[in-house]
Amino acid sequence: MESNDSERPGGPIPSAIKILVAGGFGAGKTTLVGAVSEIAPLSTEEVMTEASVGVDDLAGVEQKETTTVALDFGRITISDQLVLYLFGTPGQQRFWFMWEELAQGALGAVVLADTRRLDTCFPAVDFFERQGVPFVVAVNCFDGAYRYTEQEVTEALTLDERVPVLLCDARSRASAKEVLESLVRHVATALAAPV
Amino acid sequence: MAEHREPGYDAEGADPLVRPYVITQGREHSDAVRLDMISVVIAARADVDEMALEPEQLRILDLCRRPQSVAEVSAHLDMPVAVVKVLLGDLISRGYVLARAPYTQQSPVNREILQAVLDGIQRL
Repeated sequence: MESNDSERPGGPIPSAIKILVAGGFGAGKTTLVGAVSEIAPLSTEEVMTEASVGVDDLAGVEQKETTTVALDFGRITISDQLVLYLFGTPGQQRFWFMWEELAQGALGAVVLADTRRLDTCFPAVDFFERQGVPFVVAVNCFDGAYRYTEQEVTEALTLDERVPVLLCDARSRASAKEVLESLVRHVATALAAPV
Repeated sequence: MAEHREPGYDAEGADPLVRPYVITQGREHSDAVRLDMISVVIAARADVDEMALEPEQLRILDLCRRPQSVAEVSAHLDMPVAVVKVLLGDLISRGYVLARAPYTQQSPVNREILQAVLDGIQRL
């Protein structure tokens, strides 16, 4: 029973929409969020009390199964009616169950790849493909790191040809904007021609 | 449920003397209101009976003078999302706070909304 009452003195309550930023540990997720967010990235934690059973094997430890998952996020005000949130998702594979919850209702996702460890974004790519969440792959080009071409990344990750791949600098607002714009256009294309 | 501990929380929490699940009186889920992490909440009225509310709920009301997502309230109060949802659920059922569901729960994504998002990003 969510109260959807959007009428109040002083105007309507804005509605929110979210984009996920996923990728391996240290790929630059929070950096990218911070590059475009109008607020300094905030951090919150979600306490998970289930589904980690069998993953976090605490053999012999009498303890309740809770995992605290930290999420960094930023905000972009689109209009007085719409706010966009960017969530950096936990990089570790064992938090997949959390992503499912996070992925629900997401506009789309950015998979940040680290050129030094391209394989660390496999789980994210897999996940969004299975969930049917439209995504783009942004290759964060760290200084001095070997730079793949977009085509090489598409092949290495065995991506659908339609999935946009961009080289980016997660620290740069212009570059991060380009990544987000590419995602929104990709979502629009997917909307026009559903797979 | 009273033994539901969050290891490490006490050391870093906003209030080291009160564990989150004590604040929510042991409840983990709000019964009446389903909130998402990006549900937007806002204070609904100016007259507040301060004696009838928990200190944490008063802090929430203070934050909610401007529209905020559940995640933002959680971050500002340095409390887990699950706990904030319970506190907010109470405030909503008692008429102190209004909430709006995320956009995609209300309507599917369409061209207009994508264009609005694109324009918003380009304006940055």
